[in-house]
Amino acid sequence: MGKQIECKNCTLGYEGVAVTEGINFTVSSGDYLCILGENGSGKSTLIKALLGLKPVMSGEIEWAESKQGEIGYLPQQTLVQRDFPASVREIVMSGCLGKGGFHPFYRKEDKELADKTMTQLGIKDLEKRCYRELSGGQQQRVLLARALCAAGKILLLDEPVTGLDPKAQNDLYELIASLNKGGITIIMVSHDIHAAVRYASHVLHIGSKKQLFFGTKEKYVNSRLGQSFILTEGGEENE
Amino acid sequence: MSEQLEILQHYFSYPFVKYAMIVGLLIALCSSLLGVTLVLKRFSFIGDGLSHVAFGAMAVSTVLSVSLKRASHGESLFAKFLEDTNGMVIILPVTLIAAVLLLRTGQNTKIKGDAAIAMISVGSLAVGYMLINVYSASANVAGDVCSTLFGSTSILTLTEGEVWLCAALAVVVLAVFVIFYNRIFSVTFDESFAKASGVKANGYNLLIAIITALIIVLAMNLVGSLLISALIIFPALSAMRLFKSFLSVIICSAVISVICAGVGIIVSILFSTPAGSTIVSADIIVFFGFSAVSAITRRN
Repeated sequence: MGKQIECKNCTLGYEGVAVTEGINFTVSSGDYLCILGENGSGKSTLIKALLGLKPVMSGEIEWAESKQGEIGYLPQQTLVQRDFPASVREIVMSGCLGKGGFHPFYRKEDKELADKTMTQLGIKDLEKRCYRELSGGQQQRVLLARALCAAGKILLLDEPVTGLDPKAQNDLYELIASLNKGGITIIMVSHDIHAAVRYASHVLHIGSKKQLFFGTKEKYVNSRLGQSFILTEGGEENE
Repeated sequence: MSEQLEILQHYFSYPFVKYAMIVGLLIALCSSLLGVTLVLKRFSFIGDGLSHVAFGAMAVSTVLSVSLKRASHGESLFAKFLEDTNGMVIILPVTLIAAVLLLRTGQNTKIKGDAAIAMISVGSLAVGYMLINVYSASANVAGDVCSTLFGSTSILTLTEGEVWLCAALAVVVLAVFVIFYNRIFSVTFDESFAKASGVKANGYNLLIAIITALIIVLAMNLVGSLLISALIIFPALSAMRLFKSFLSVIICSAVISVICAGVGIIVSILFSTPAGSTIVSADIIVFFGFSAVSAITRRN
């Protein structure tokens, strides 16, 4: 299991103001890392740093095996996308754009890759359907296929189950877990502590100002922080 | 019917009518291509905003050339230059800058996109109108303003050079659109993903802004600054009623726009209605037609 990303004592923030300090973690290939933290704790800034869209304020992120930014990204859905007239195929294909220099049009290997990922995620039969007419779960599958087209080794998922009904949430989590079993490294940002505990292999918990925990899931569940977080979150959800 | 054909034949024997037709169709084509992207990016109103900016800039250039002429007793070279180029030297850069600023104010700004557009749009309209009123170049201020806003005559005064300029710009817009089509799609659909996968999203946004400004300055000659928005949004919205993939929406929108422009210009010749509003009326009819068809097909 090779090390893929190592984050060494990073400080994250924007416009010169630090949001979180002392972020340390490593991701090895085949890991399923779940990043937990409240709103405003710097999760989205960490995502941008991992994607190579924003430099860290201090510390460094080391890349092994894959180049910096070679991550398939599943962003949160935007308002614009809800009524966007685009076929599933067009969206999945757009994942191939960042690859191999500038080509005005898609190449043959791009088309084959798109076909392969669509089959893998079970959306090949939706190929010609319009994105806005799909269910929430199907839409996330389409975006997941696009992310896989962009980079096949690491996936970064930003709250992937938001807005899905419980059945679709479960299906998506199972799909992600099966991709992980197939050898793809997963980094998932989430509010959902129960899914983290159930599926992840590692947990990174960011509080305001500093990192609260990084380690395997087992250690997290047994730690005091993990215990209290699971209890309070569980309590809130039952309300 | 044959009588009307004769009238048409008679009119099309004049070069300026031919020019108007050619330029009209080209502008309709360009604006509809861009319209799909702008509507989907929630920038439907940018056409309105920018056309008012262009109107304001036109007022400034008119005032500048008139007052320079007065000051130098009709011998200022710059004033002559401004008149010869229809004020384009001022209008084009100002509109370009406004377009870039407006399309950049996406997320992290103090004034949100729609408010910024509204502000610039109304502001430049007011200032432009005031300037024209205070330093009026001719006795018929209301007529001047009306023809700038609704583009009643300028399309009939096009020179051959302007037709070529317009054709060249249309070719550039088309080429850019074809070459960057996949990237424009990606940036329109999901900017954050595009950025993350290595597409230079900001660069393409800038490109879209520049093309938008170019088209709007061009289209001012055809429909006037008030109706440009309609030319940008109606074909796109009509196409979106019926079609389900990005490519088919863009092609359909281009076809609708060109047909409406052609029909609009012919009708405006036959019934001597203003060209701009006739074209937009045709677009409105198509929009309701498509909406009806989409409602019927959805029910089945």
